[in-house]
Amino acid sequence: MCLSIPAEIISITGDMAKVSVGGTMYNASIKLVEDINVGDFMLIHSGYGIAKIDEAEANSTLNLMQEIKKKMYQKDYSKELDN
Amino acid sequence: MSSNIITLDHGSGGKLTMDLIKMFTSNFRKNNSIEMTDSAVFNSELGITAFTTDSYVVNPIYFPGGDIGKLAVCGTVNDLAVSGAIPKYLSCAFILEEGLSIDELESIVKSMSKTADSAGVSIITGDTKVVEKGACDRMFINTAGVGFLQKKHKLIGSGANVKPGDKILINGNIGDHGLAVLSIRNSFTNDIKSDCAPLNNLIKNCLAVNDSIHFMRDATRGGLAAVLTELSEKVNFGISINEKNIPLAESTRGLCEFLGFDPLHLANEGKVIIVAGDGWKEILKTMESHPLGKESRVIGTIVDRYPGRVVLETEIGGSRIIDIPAGMQLPRIC
Amino acid sequence: MEVCGGHTTSIHKFGIPSLLPDNIKLLSGPGCPVCVTSRYFIDDALECSRTENIILTTLGDLIRVPGTETSLYKEKSKGRDIRIVYSVLDALQIAKDNKDKKIVFPGIGFETTAPLSAAAILQAKETGLDNFYILSAHKIMPPVMKALITEGVKINGYICPGHVSVITGTEIYKSIVEDYKLGCVVSGFEALDILQSIYMLVNQIEKNQPALENQYTRAVKKKGNKKALAMMNRVFETSDDWWRGIGTIPGSGLSLKSEFKSFDARQIFNPVERTESEEEKGCICGKILKGFKTPADCPLFSHLCTPVNPVGACMVSGEGSCATWYKYKREAV
Repeated sequence: MCLSIPAEIISITGDMAKVSVGGTMYNASIKLVEDINVGDFMLIHSGYGIAKIDEAEANSTLNLMQEIKKKMYQKDYSKELDN
Repeated sequence: MSSNIITLDHGSGGKLTMDLIKMFTSNFRKNNSIEMTDSAVFNSELGITAFTTDSYVVNPIYFPGGDIGKLAVCGTVNDLAVSGAIPKYLSCAFILEEGLSIDELESIVKSMSKTADSAGVSIITGDTKVVEKGACDRMFINTAGVGFLQKKHKLIGSGANVKPGDKILINGNIGDHGLAVLSIRNSFTNDIKSDCAPLNNLIKNCLAVNDSIHFMRDATRGGLAAVLTELSEKVNFGISINEKNIPLAESTRGLCEFLGFDPLHLANEGKVIIVAGDGWKEILKTMESHPLGKESRVIGTIVDRYPGRVVLETEIGGSRIIDIPAGMQLPRIC
Repeated sequence: MEVCGGHTTSIHKFGIPSLLPDNIKLLSGPGCPVCVTSRYFIDDALECSRTENIILTTLGDLIRVPGTETSLYKEKSKGRDIRIVYSVLDALQIAKDNKDKKIVFPGIGFETTAPLSAAAILQAKETGLDNFYILSAHKIMPPVMKALITEGVKINGYICPGHVSVITGTEIYKSIVEDYKLGCVVSGFEALDILQSIYMLVNQIEKNQPALENQYTRAVKKKGNKKALAMMNRVFETSDDWWRGIGTIPGSGLSLKSEFKSFDARQIFNPVERTESEEEKGCICGKILKGFKTPADCPLFSHLCTPVNPVGACMVSGEGSCATWYKYKREAV
């Protein structure tokens, strides 16, 4: 299980960005976000990007999840999450 | 029934479809000894016979991983195979829209021929009608099929031998067909391909391994959820499913999350659910060794708790029920 | 209590209630925008679709919601020009492609979707698109969150909406913490997010230190999305609004400012005569929306009121409390 599928910015043309959502390409408006660049991750809502995802915060939540899974199952699930 | 007109939801494989089927069977069913499951299985002068029919109206007629012709052969072959039959003969009736290109028709026909060859079945009769432009979407196809069973497999379609402790197996990733068709309709670009394939060889191998198969069904419209909910009601046992074990491709998961779709409700065209007793490990191995079964998994168990209900143990260890929607899934706002 | 349809769905999808100890209860509040919108809104949308030269475009969530007599879905099946779109951007495109028609987009939802409607209107204005209209039923969250407390709903904390907070930032909940001494934690939508938010609230309760906290830090910033907020405030102003199951809440709705009235769909068709009415006999949606009762307490639940035949507000949308309970939890295991 991973976090909400963020949309990765693949290219930007004016107010629109081509994004990848878990492998599916989609065109989303970036009219509502600022300081967004190729390679960033963005939260998409009904065709518009509404927030840039803070990668550091996202990683810390992912790490916490890994720690919980480890304690729950007494196994190292890091490989499973990496896949 | 609640609705007084036919809507698209009636064709989605959910509750409204079930309501229609009840109306048909209450009018058509004259012989209670014929089990009306994916195929009708009955004694005839030829032995134990399975007979089925299906119509195919998919739009667009070409999609990643297949086309309407391949679908028309696989769907009917699979309905026969999951009843325990060896599929032998198919009929094929076309309804063609005025203006359809003959080259396009021929490419679909060639696809049907290729698929029939790979499944080892023969298309031996058919019909053609042409309707005015706009009366159908380029083409509709109906196929009917006949196959033959060994006596010991006669109850597989009905699930009469299913009991608590039986394991539930599936041959691979769910949801791909439904999303492949949706993607091409909405011009979503991705690598999702329909899983459309004839399952009869894989099933034949499994039936030859041992006699532990108690039930089979292919998960088409309505998805895995429809098969499991129907089964639990039919056999009046509970079904416990482990979410972690349900095979799901990453790109399918991603698009489901994005649209708010439940993969358990998405259509498949190359997935068989097998319920097997004590010899299930050999069945699983046999599935895994077939090209159409490389991602086979045990996803759950028949239990003697909560009869008629399907309960999912979620990835975090919580539990919730699995049900089928009234009709088609639609993307959600949030 | 959570007040977000997305949270209600996640909570039940992951089976979180089955994991919590008996002394922690989750209540679903009025977080599903479809559920709290008047049936007359659907009637208005239907009236648009019956008006000559209007194409009604709608998100999937609204299509099956019943109005007083029928639904958009049934009317579409009968041949009305009603089109399902994934975004208001699709509606703008349909407007560009059909200059001889008027395109109406029903705008529902809270502070997450209101900026999107606003952005679409501003884009239409900039590009001189004069055949695009919004039928607004947008609402905002803080007034209803306060109204519930003053009405006597007994909760120990709020799990605050995730995507609303992405837009508004976290400060909008500050006065709830200060005035009512209730903890507010902004939560994401994954199982871990919700569990962590519950944990944070429980910690506050045990220390008797209600506070405003943000669990969804990867997406929600204190000041929110200033650009989106500015657009929303440019186009909309607050007004009193009627919430199904609750009643009129002052300053809880969003109406188009006079500068943008030319984009208001209400001027191009005949709105339905209305007196907002009580729910059907036996329906306890009002009490469920406020968290006083659960779906299991309702005599109509899963018998006369089902997702196929919804009677009350909480069943009409897939994210409503009753619809979610029906889908994931009925005859609880």
